[in-house]
Amino acid sequence: MLTKRKSGDAGRAKLQGLAAGLASGTLDRRSFLRRSGLAAGGLAALGSLQLGAVRKAEAAGSSVSGPSVQIKTNICTHCSVGCTVKAEVVNGVWVGQEPGWESPINRGSHCAKGAAIRELVHSERRLKYPLKLVNGVWTKIGWDVAINEIGDKMMELRQQSGADSVYWLGSAKFTNEASYLMRKFGAFWGTNSIDHQARICHSTTVAGVANTWGYGAQTNSYNDIRNAKTMLFIGSNAAEAHPVAMQHLLASKELNRGNMIVCDPRFTRTAAHATEYVRFRSGTDIPVIWGMLWHIFQNGWEDKDFIAQRVYGMDDVRKEVAKWTPDEVERVTGVPEAQMKRIAFQFSNEKPATLIWCMGATQHTVGTANVRAFCILCLATGNVGKPGTGANIFRGHTNVQGATDLGLDITTLPLYYGLVEGAWKHWARVWDVDYDWLQAQFDEVPAKAGRPARTKKQNMETPGITSTRWADATNLPEDQIDQKGRLRAMIVMGHGGNTVSRIPEMVKALEKLDLLVVADPHPTTFAAISGRKNGTYLLPICTSLEMDGSRTASNRSLQWGEQIVQPAFESKNDYEVMYMLAKKLGFADKMFKNIKVENNVPSAEDLLREINRGGWSTGYCGQSPERLKAHMKNQAKFDLVTLRAPKDDPEVGGDYYGLPWPCWGKPEIRHPGTPILYNTNLHVKDGGGCFRARFGIERNGQTLLAEDSFSLGSDLTDGYPEFTYGMLKKLGWEGDLTAEERATITRIGGANPDTVSWAIDLSGGIQRVCLEHGVMHYGNGKARANAWNLPDPVPVHREPIYTPRPDLVAKYPTRPDAREFRLPNIGFSVQKAAVDKGISKQFPIILSSGRLVEYEGGGEETRSNPWLAELQQDMFVEVNVTDAAERGIKDGSWVWVLGPENDAKTKVKALVTERVGRGVAWMPFHFSGWYQGVDQRGNYPPGTDPVVLGESVNTVTTYGFDPVTGMHETKVTLCQIRAA
Amino acid sequence: MARMKFLCDADRCIECNACVTACKNEHEVPWGINRRRVVTLNDGKPGERSISMACMHCTDAPCAAVCPVNCFYTTADAVVLHSKDLCIGCGYCFYACPFGAPQYPRVGNFGSRGKMDKCTYCAGGPEADLSTAEYEKYGSNRLAEGKLPLCAEMCSTKSLLAGDGDVIAQIYKERVVRRGYGSGAWGWKTAYRETVAI
Repeated sequence: MLTKRKSGDAGRAKLQGLAAGLASGTLDRRSFLRRSGLAAGGLAALGSLQLGAVRKAEAAGSSVSGPSVQIKTNICTHCSVGCTVKAEVVNGVWVGQEPGWESPINRGSHCAKGAAIRELVHSERRLKYPLKLVNGVWTKIGWDVAINEIGDKMMELRQQSGADSVYWLGSAKFTNEASYLMRKFGAFWGTNSIDHQARICHSTTVAGVANTWGYGAQTNSYNDIRNAKTMLFIGSNAAEAHPVAMQHLLASKELNRGNMIVCDPRFTRTAAHATEYVRFRSGTDIPVIWGMLWHIFQNGWEDKDFIAQRVYGMDDVRKEVAKWTPDEVERVTGVPEAQMKRIAFQFSNEKPATLIWCMGATQHTVGTANVRAFCILCLATGNVGKPGTGANIFRGHTNVQGATDLGLDITTLPLYYGLVEGAWKHWARVWDVDYDWLQAQFDEVPAKAGRPARTKKQNMETPGITSTRWADATNLPEDQIDQKGRLRAMIVMGHGGNTVSRIPEMVKALEKLDLLVVADPHPTTFAAISGRKNGTYLLPICTSLEMDGSRTASNRSLQWGEQIVQPAFESKNDYEVMYMLAKKLGFADKMFKNIKVENNVPSAEDLLREINRGGWSTGYCGQSPERLKAHMKNQAKFDLVTLRAPKDDPEVGGDYYGLPWPCWGKPEIRHPGTPILYNTNLHVKDGGGCFRARFGIERNGQTLLAEDSFSLGSDLTDGYPEFTYGMLKKLGWEGDLTAEERATITRIGGANPDTVSWAIDLSGGIQRVCLEHGVMHYGNGKARANAWNLPDPVPVHREPIYTPRPDLVAKYPTRPDAREFRLPNIGFSVQKAAVDKGISKQFPIILSSGRLVEYEGGGEETRSNPWLAELQQDMFVEVNVTDAAERGIKDGSWVWVLGPENDAKTKVKALVTERVGRGVAWMPFHFSGWYQGVDQRGNYPPGTDPVVLGESVNTVTTYGFDPVTGMHETKVTLCQIRAA
Repeated sequence: MARMKFLCDADRCIECNACVTACKNEHEVPWGINRRRVVTLNDGKPGERSISMACMHCTDAPCAAVCPVNCFYTTADAVVLHSKDLCIGCGYCFYACPFGAPQYPRVGNFGSRGKMDKCTYCAGGPEADLSTAEYEKYGSNRLAEGKLPLCAEMCSTKSLLAGDGDVIAQIYKERVVRRGYGSGAWGWKTAYRETVAI
């Protein structure tokens, strides 16, 4: 935002040296073309191509036509909207992009990142071959040497400190198949410490939403928002984070003359298009929602029938909401009563209404509670389970939904089976591997500091360490870390190093690690930020554009991407690297038993088929590779709003685009997918459903099953629990099972087949029979306004750890210190110390972080793309005009942003603006490569440094973790700003 | 023949910069040359609006009027193009252009800036359509392939429209009537001496 206001010249002069190879003095396109773009991208093809052929392709540019142009279809690797990328390929070289008009999701559109995505594959700044740090010098090595050395070191650490001493960090940029494979890898290695970006993204959403009504995902779709009359955004800046989604959101605003309400501490680009902008104090989401509900309950605007039929525990919410009178809401949040009442009226009366949230709501110590409050608002107003309504949770990365589903998560095996014995046995059956062998891979944990010892079995069923705390698991004293030994190795595949709060702690931890492996297209912050001298490996991995596989968009649609070009340079794809490592570690034969492997590369199709064979719990069973490929081929047939194809189509008839999960049963029964979760207005065979009965049958004398509510055409016309073989028998439906299905169920159940549930029935028979009877095998329950298993069953407001309002801490303290995920969480002590020391006087400005449209995530990939980098050349902080004036800070000048922990400081440019309110500062989170004022460009392997470097905001972010998921607090901390 | 125009619906532009990078991607435009850019007014304040700007391919283009070597010409589709063989890099067109469209590879005094570069409406230059020579100097020629400029085709919110002036004016009019507001076809009065009547 900063540099765009300037003329191009200033930036050009400054960056000319850095961008050498892009623009050297005179800008002659011919030499430019020769040196970047095509020449680099063509390296992979050079072996088989005459130079003349490359030059011909180059000369013809992207407007080539004729028989030699191949069109390949893949999915944009940035946010979760799932835009189709159409690539023009000539002789194995990606020469141009065309709009993917047929996709019902993006209809040809892209944002800056998608429109520049070809450069990711061509980038000269990618890792080109494996590298190893030898006494501080990056040294080229071969793949075999790298895998051998890494494997040997891992085995050595395993001997000394146990399997849990190796941490696995996966990626939301993985395909579904790679995500699944890595989770399986963790299981075979013998650890649950395997995580990915969802931890720092929507982990609190998944926990909060799943605990409310069953599944942790967006209930509707981007397209369905076209039906909404009211949209409430809280903590979402879709215009920058999900730009193509805005196409559908603006349609709701324009076509329905809808209300677009944006609640945000910052007047975002999204707010600029809103019909109502609500500025509130960072970290007071719950009081905002309770403030709305206060008016809703006061005026009787709630949906009483919906609550009676489909919601448990709303009366407990009423008690809490009664405390949030308009005065108290204004005192805590800053939102005046009249505005609060107006938005409460719109959300409850001008329906259908949808609630949209993102990281602004989730990245808090109260993240899960925030999400629960949002769900409760939807439930109270009957805004869920219908077109135009719902919890529209926009996820952040191309496949963060899929990677979460497939278990790159420390608390569960693939598809939310959890870590209980039944879950392990289910996957052992799917993998065709001995359960006892899997168990033997895990560590025995000795008793430590008064905590009991754990057997291998108990350790196998204990969640691992969250990605937000891996540094603490290295830095803290051994006796505080509840596993065999402290963390000594990090295997990072496709995950930025500047994405977690408290970077100074991470730098200390990095320097202590015995082994650091970064497998990525780019070196990432991990490679550059610390003073490591040895024991560091960089493995070049291709982008998902250079491999086959499926991706799950935020709306739960799966899309199959085909390989556009061969992996550039010496890079390999994720599947191959995991196979090579498994082979080195000695379990490749077991792990790839039913998966075809050719030239070390496992088949993506076979991986998906294995997912289908085990994915019953979440409806990942019906999306065969063949069906997904048919969808990509027939994109144009799907409706823009309903996402459904005409029933009479021979290939995709009646399907919803991308078979949004749950897509029940085997692929052969052709379930169409579920575009809107919990929609009782449709038959279950048409994608209908109801709230999931996953929390029991009754509690304290009240039923947890739905009352007088059921999905269209159901044989059971009331609530019912989830299905088992025994229940089928009781209903007399077991005769509908085929002999083969019954045999499978009996085999799984052993002595007690009646207990075999719909989720572990590998025959799919229980699901098939239920669908035939119009019932939902996961039961027909009530959603929970009171989730008694969570730390705060009904959300309560809790001030941030570093709050600008210490006067409110006594009334609204954070949760007491506790041990979570093998580590202590001392949030309460930190908050108390901050209040006692008067931190809010020394650091009076609220600091929050967020996204820019040009970059994504840690930003190493996008900051290496000159087309994007040119648009954002400096890390900056947004400072309010008054705060800037008080400090003598001029727009565009250098400032120090100081944090309250570790004497942390960052040197950035000031963007003086009214976009942030007085006492609030905001920084984008995509930058790294500078650390506490020092440019670290020299730390990158030569030629792989991103075009643009800058300070990471997480150098100054601070302590604070959600008790349910370990989510870090990056949206509210305190800082001081001084002119530099 | 069509009368090609651009229209940016400022009520939909979210400053996502897709138009900017689509242009870079399609034509391999080097660092420092911006054939298209997005301008934001009232940044960070209520009333903030963004507009995607490039050469508007004016009727009776002022750049052509001031060019001392007469390198500009208007195609049958009313696209304003120029010849890099004739251009002497004097920079006059930059001063004449109301939209800041002309770009130069070098910073310098008159005559030392190098050949001017600007948006071609994805229509190449005076060389033969789809020829290598044309691509090297002006980038790709989508119009000759029957396609519209990629910036508009890839616009995230369908804010930037390209095509025959009557057609896109009609699309915009229908939008405004349907949604009940519209800040007008920005730049049309200057570029085309007409506006979209609602």
